[in-house]
Amino acid sequence: MAEMRYGTVIKDGLWDNNQALVALLGLCPLLAVTTNAVNGLGLGIATTAVLLLSNSVISLIRNLVRPEVRLPVFVLVIASFVTAVELSMSAWFFELHKILGIFIALIVTNCTIVGRAEAFASKQPVTLAALDGLAMGIGFTLVLVVLGGMRELVGQGTLFSQAHLMFGEAARGMTLTLGKDFHGMLIAILPPGAFIGMGLLIALKRWLDLRSLAARRQSPAASGEARVA
Amino acid sequence: MVNLKAVTFAGATLALFAILGTGLVAFTQQQTKDLIAANERLALLRKLEVLVPPETVDNDMVQDGVRVHRADLLGDNSTTIYRGRRNGEPVAAVFTTVVPNGYAGPINLLVAVKADGTLMGVRVVSHKETPGLGDKIEEEKSDWVLGFKGKSLADPAEGQWKVKRDGGAFDQFTGATITPRSLVQAVKNTLIYVREQGDRFYRIPARTDNLQEKP
Repeated sequence: MAEMRYGTVIKDGLWDNNQALVALLGLCPLLAVTTNAVNGLGLGIATTAVLLLSNSVISLIRNLVRPEVRLPVFVLVIASFVTAVELSMSAWFFELHKILGIFIALIVTNCTIVGRAEAFASKQPVTLAALDGLAMGIGFTLVLVVLGGMRELVGQGTLFSQAHLMFGEAARGMTLTLGKDFHGMLIAILPPGAFIGMGLLIALKRWLDLRSLAARRQSPAASGEARVA
Repeated sequence: MVNLKAVTFAGATLALFAILGTGLVAFTQQQTKDLIAANERLALLRKLEVLVPPETVDNDMVQDGVRVHRADLLGDNSTTIYRGRRNGEPVAAVFTTVVPNGYAGPINLLVAVKADGTLMGVRVVSHKETPGLGDKIEEEKSDWVLGFKGKSLADPAEGQWKVKRDGGAFDQFTGATITPRSLVQAVKNTLIYVREQGDRFYRIPARTDNLQEKP
């Protein structure tokens, strides 16, 4: 029973209830920073760290805090963690922090975080809440990286172009470049490109979901057997 | 009927978390502040060293800064000048010149000028120009900004400090004239400031407090 629960939590975070593609939360930072894959990864990791910490702490204190003051307490907890993460990034990933700039501080306004605190962590034991934070964070990060990679590839003809900001000088070689002659389609880097890319990703996810649903309907016996097994 | 006990308890919980949260932030700030200050200093030093090679000066340029207020020529109400000296003699100065009339807002520059009024180089620190058009002022996108090195008000002649479209000596970019036009003007104004002031700004005592570069 418990194991199934963990499985559901992971699947929800990564796919079924993906905060970016399904819940459509946190779109402001998502659309703004995904001009390349590395920026997306940076914001994704910072968001995941905050989600993991805030979910765990909120689950631990869920019985201590009266319902009337729970939202202000959540906001306090989240704001403290975001500030701590921001200061740490500025200390250890200075260049990346400069690029992501205001969006690290704005994690505090990402509805995903207070959303998961209220909808999940405040009602669940700490292991589940932490797992939920991790899964939701990774799901969000994946979308950030994929969207950033798409926009970077189409708009600039490269992939992982600023990897050294995150992984040190040795990572300069990680950058992939599409032929020299490809100078990119500017629109992908500009704000409209973010919306178009996001729309395509949402459509792709729904298409995949519908396809697997149709496949299940066509062979009910097969899926029934699988369930029994 | 207000339950006083419940209200007090709720208030106390809130206060407790406010204290804990502030404590966490204060602790993190304490742990990271030296590192962050060192990072900022190093980042600034690297930028200055690109323009003024460290072997040409023997002072600490980051510490030897001074603020001046000449919005008419330097583009902002407050401009920092980092001075480079050798044996106490002026070598070069780096100005945090602002281009006030960029296409999409102000452009922050670093303009390095030798004591004799020749440019050692210009770099763009931050801007909001159109990606793919105006952003060719960035060193990573195009060599254009490197072309300022060695120029002065005598070369090209002062009247030639314009983009080619306006009859001057500097290239514009396809699809973006306003950005290079404003930038050339701002660099020219910085040189005019140096000509006007001579070595006066080298003689102002350094102000090391609150010299952080503006974001």
